[in-house]
Amino acid sequence: MEPFLSETDSDTPRDSLSRRLRDVRRVRQEGKILQDKSFSERTMERLLRSQGVLYHFLDQAGALFMFVGEFFRRFWRRPFEVKETINQMDEVGSKSFLLTSVVGLSIGVVLAMQSRGTLARFGAEAFLPSMLSFSIIKEIGPVLTSLVLAGRLGAGIAAELGSMKVTEQIDALEVAALKPFHYLVVTRVIACVVMFPVMTILTDVIALSGGFIESALSTDMDYRVFVGEAFKTMRFVDVTVDTMKTSIFGFIVGIVSCYLGYNVRGGTREVGQAAMQAVVLSSLLILLADVVVVRVSLMIFGDVSGQ
Amino acid sequence: MLDFFSKEVSTEPVTGGSTPPPENIIVELRDVHKAFGELRVLRGVSLQLERGNSAVVLGGSGTGKSVLIKHIVGLLAPDKGEVWVKGQRTDLLDGDALDRQRLSIGYLFQGGALFDSMTVYENMRFYLDRHTKWSKGEKDDAIAEVLEAVNLDDKGPQFPAELSGGQRKRIGLARALVLKPEIILYDEPTTGLDPVSVRVVADLILKLRDERNISSISITHDLLAAAIITDHASFLAEGKIVASGTLEEVRHSEHPLVREFFHGSEAYSAV
Repeated sequence: MEPFLSETDSDTPRDSLSRRLRDVRRVRQEGKILQDKSFSERTMERLLRSQGVLYHFLDQAGALFMFVGEFFRRFWRRPFEVKETINQMDEVGSKSFLLTSVVGLSIGVVLAMQSRGTLARFGAEAFLPSMLSFSIIKEIGPVLTSLVLAGRLGAGIAAELGSMKVTEQIDALEVAALKPFHYLVVTRVIACVVMFPVMTILTDVIALSGGFIESALSTDMDYRVFVGEAFKTMRFVDVTVDTMKTSIFGFIVGIVSCYLGYNVRGGTREVGQAAMQAVVLSSLLILLADVVVVRVSLMIFGDVSGQ
Repeated sequence: MLDFFSKEVSTEPVTGGSTPPPENIIVELRDVHKAFGELRVLRGVSLQLERGNSAVVLGGSGTGKSVLIKHIVGLLAPDKGEVWVKGQRTDLLDGDALDRQRLSIGYLFQGGALFDSMTVYENMRFYLDRHTKWSKGEKDDAIAEVLEAVNLDDKGPQFPAELSGGQRKRIGLARALVLKPEIILYDEPTTGLDPVSVRVVADLILKLRDERNISSISITHDLLAAAIITDHASFLAEGKIVASGTLEEVRHSEHPLVREFFHGSEAYSAV
C-alpha cells in the first residue's frame, strides 16, 4: 500500500481529492494487468490460493511422494540398522502371528462350510479343495493378511513415530547425528516388505488347514486327497506372484504409516488422527494396488486356464 | 578420543564466501529471517556467543525463541541470513558434514526428549554405541560420570516414565553431555520446575561452564534462572533482538515489550 501514498514523485498532486483519483486509477490499472494473465495462470493461482479439498489432497500426495523418494535415496546407504530391522521384523512377524493365524483359521473353516453347499448343488463337491486353495492362496490370504496387518501395524507405527515427534525425540535423534530416518523409517519399511509375504504364507497354510479340518469333520476326507486335489491345477507362478505382491502391500503400509507419524504436528489429538489415517489410507491403497497388480500379473503370466 | 567418522573428511571450512566471525566467537547469527507460511517468526536476528560464556535469550512465550536455537543445530534453515558455528556456516552444511558439526553441540530439549522405550542407561549407551568405538567398560564409565555430574547416579536402570519432570531434564542434560560437546543449547531448561529444581539446574549449567568450559545458549522466560546463568542476555521480541547486554542492562531497557516483561515478572514476585 505504501507506494500509493508516497510523496517522492515530483508530479504528485498536492490536494487529497486528485491524489485519491490517481490512486483509484492506478489500482484499476493493476486489476487489469491481473486480468491479462492467461487462463491457466489464473486457474493455477486460484487453485493455490484456495485451501480446498483438492489443494489439500495434492499437497499431501506430493509430500507423500517426496517421502517415498527420500526412502529410495537413503535405504541403500549407511548406516545399516540391522539389529533394529530385526527388532521390527519381530514386531511385524512373531508378535502379529496370533492375530493373523486366528484370521486364517476362521476364514478357512468358514469358506469351506459356506462353499460346500453351493458346490454340492452342482454336484461339484470334489472341487472344494481346489476352490479353497485358489481363493485362499490367490486372493483372500494375501489381501486379508495385509489388511489385518495394516490395522495392527499402521496404527502402531503412526502412533509411535507421532508421539516421538511431538515429544521431540525425533529432533533429539537428528541433533545427535543418529539419522532418525534410517533408524525409524527405513527399518520399519524393510521389515514390512520382508515380513508380509512370510506372514501371508503362514496364513495360507493355516487357512488351508482350517479348510481341511472342516472337510475331514464333515466328509471324512483323507489329507492326501485334500492336498492332491488342492494343488492339482495350481501353478508355481500362482503361488509366488500372489504371495510376493504382499511385499508391495507391506511397503505401502510401512511407508504410509511412517510418513503420517513422522510428520505429525501438534499434540496427542494429531497423533490419534495420524494413527487412524494410517489404517484408512494404507487399507485403501492396498486394495487399489491389488487391482493393479492382479491385472498386470494376468497380462504377464495369463490365468489358470492357460490363456 | 571420540572416533566419529573414519571416512576421509575435507578440512576446508564452509563459509559461503562471507567473513567468518573472530576466533573467540563460537556461535553467531547474522540477520536471520524465518517465516512459517504467512507467519514471520524471525525478522533479522543477530546474536553472538563468546567461547566459554553462557548467554541467555529472554522473551515471552511464542516469540520464536525455540525457532532461534533450532537454527544453530540445523533443525531449521533460515530463509535469509547466516548461522555460524565454530567458524562454519551451519545453514550451508548438510549430510555428514552437518552431522559432524552437530556432534560438538549438545541440545537439551524442553521435556528432555528421552527415548521412552529405553532405560536411562540405554538412552546414553545408544549415543555412545553409534558414535564411539569404546569398550563396554569405557562406555559404562562415561555414563556413570555424566550421571554423577547431574547428581542422579542411581537412575540408570529406570525408564524415563518413572522419573519426575526435573529429573528427566537432568537426564536429558546428562545424555547431551555424554558426547562431550563444546556448546550446549538449553531449550527452557527450568520451565515447569519448582524453585529448588530451578536452582539445581541453573547451578548445573554454571558448573558445566566453569568445569568443562562449555559455552551455552539458554532460552528462557524464567528470570530466577536467568539471573543465575547469564553472562550475556538478549531480549527477543517481534522477531528481533531488541535489547542486549548484561541482565541489568536489559532490565533497564526502554523498549516497551521489555519493560512489560520485567514489570510483569516483578509484580508477580512481589505477591
